[in-house]
Amino acid sequence: MKNSLAAERRRKAVMSIVLTIVCIIYVLPVLTVVINSFKYNTFVKTDTFALPLGEMWAGFKNFVKGMTFGNYPFWQSALYSLLITVASTALILLFTSMAAWYIARVDSKFCRAVYYLCVFSMVVPFQMVMFTLSKTADKLQLNTPWTIPIIYLGFGAGLAIFMFVGFVKSIPLEIEEAAAIDGCGPLRTFFSVVFPMLKPTMISVGILEIMWVWNDYLLPYLVLDRTKYMTIPIHIQYLKGSYGTVDLGATMALILLSIIPVIVFYLLCQKHIIKGVAAGAVKG
Amino acid sequence: MNENRKLKRRWRTQGGAPLKRPMRKWSWLFMGPVLIAFVIGFVWPFIQGIYLSFCKFTLIKDAKFIGLGNYLKAFKDASFGHSFWYTALFAVVSLVLINVLAFMVAYFLTQGIKGSNLFRTVFFMPNLIGGIVLGYIWSMIFDGILSKYGTSILLESKYGFWGLIILMCWQQIGYMMIIYIAGLQAVPEDMIEAAKIDGATKWQTLWHVTIPNVMPSITICTFLSLTNGFKLFDQNLALTGGQPFIIQADGSTIKTTEMLALNIYNTFYSSNAASKGVAQAKAVIFFILVAGLGLAQLAFTRKKEVQQ
Repeated sequence: MKNSLAAERRRKAVMSIVLTIVCIIYVLPVLTVVINSFKYNTFVKTDTFALPLGEMWAGFKNFVKGMTFGNYPFWQSALYSLLITVASTALILLFTSMAAWYIARVDSKFCRAVYYLCVFSMVVPFQMVMFTLSKTADKLQLNTPWTIPIIYLGFGAGLAIFMFVGFVKSIPLEIEEAAAIDGCGPLRTFFSVVFPMLKPTMISVGILEIMWVWNDYLLPYLVLDRTKYMTIPIHIQYLKGSYGTVDLGATMALILLSIIPVIVFYLLCQKHIIKGVAAGAVKG
Repeated sequence: MNENRKLKRRWRTQGGAPLKRPMRKWSWLFMGPVLIAFVIGFVWPFIQGIYLSFCKFTLIKDAKFIGLGNYLKAFKDASFGHSFWYTALFAVVSLVLINVLAFMVAYFLTQGIKGSNLFRTVFFMPNLIGGIVLGYIWSMIFDGILSKYGTSILLESKYGFWGLIILMCWQQIGYMMIIYIAGLQAVPEDMIEAAKIDGATKWQTLWHVTIPNVMPSITICTFLSLTNGFKLFDQNLALTGGQPFIIQADGSTIKTTEMLALNIYNTFYSSNAASKGVAQAKAVIFFILVAGLGLAQLAFTRKKEVQQ
């Protein structure tokens, strides 16, 4: 018995060591970004893995340069990214939860048709609609950061409605019946009774949408009027796309700036994020 | 539960006792916004996309119906065929690597090791970074290594392939790990205990008790990584953008590390304005492929459910 305990402990120690090594390998790419964001451009390619010491040390010059590089300031892209992400997520959460409640409770033929259409839309890859969608958005003048959330609501409705309908169906009807007997109309029943109960699914859907919209590249690239508006992924792609003139140090500084908020957000609501992502994955 | 079903039947048969009828009055408010956006953002572009795949066009206005011509051209296009096989190979290799590694990590993390939470946090982190940014981080790293040997990730297609595999492993292992951990934690403790008492070794327990019990998770992760592989775009664009290129005898170019989604994109927005119809036909083929994978997944999980 003692022997097997010792063996068990040894086994655990080996696993711990393996995991620690993998963990270090996992952090290295991010650390590489950090050290290179403080390096002069010429050294990024030749001494990628060296610490930015001596003549390589550029201080915060890369950050200043990145912020003002080209004719489009980075902070503006960051603000547009933030605006689009917040507005799209808010719009999706509000309107898809309303529609999902209606679909689940009224349950007419029309509702079921809409529901299946939503499920269907989840398996359609973006490339299928990207050309026609960008033309439609152009024609309806939905090509600004203030109107693109409508496109996100349309293209992202499928998953959100699917998840909300699944949850609403698990809520017992008696609660809503009681509200109705007490004289609540549909609006009040939804906003003061059902809406608060949807909170766990709200968090899951919200996190999935935030991660999707914040990191999305192709949809805003094709829909937005790029001469006026950019988002962070578009901006970074644009920096690299300007061949020859690309400043790797400045690009790394901007990449670092763009992943810091994401990592902070992750560390703050880690539990919800992991749960939300898992819920989105098991949609089957 | 039974009560609930009864109530629901009453709602349906009596026109919805307390709320259903008043709800219908508000249907425009509850359904309207989503329906309008859904038509603009999905239904209309989808229908138009199907129609345009049978047309010759440069703008939507000048579309002229030509039947199956675009599809024939798409199937004859060597670059499309190349990107299909390249994508399929990539999807299968990444599927195997990601799932084996993610399962291993998840298995280790459910053995009660100290610091499991910290490891989990770190392994999941790359999922939050967007594809474009990931691509540039790794292109810097690979070029930092390869420049020591006087080459670059853009110069040889095998570097581009394995580079993308490494990138995708780094990003996706944490994601799949979460699903596997949930599956592993649901394996009944007493089954493992019983196997141990019967004298099964750790390996036997893993093979004959644990793995059969996490089959649902394995199915989900397999399909997820397969469709992720097929739909990959951002990382592909940012890491190599299809380079290196090979110019063929007939003057056409094959971008050796170009995957399906990028191939469709490049066909749409190439300098050749006449190729838009072909691009849309490719997009429809791509859609059928991805949707087929989704349906296969559905059928597969349904079958599993019946057996249990």
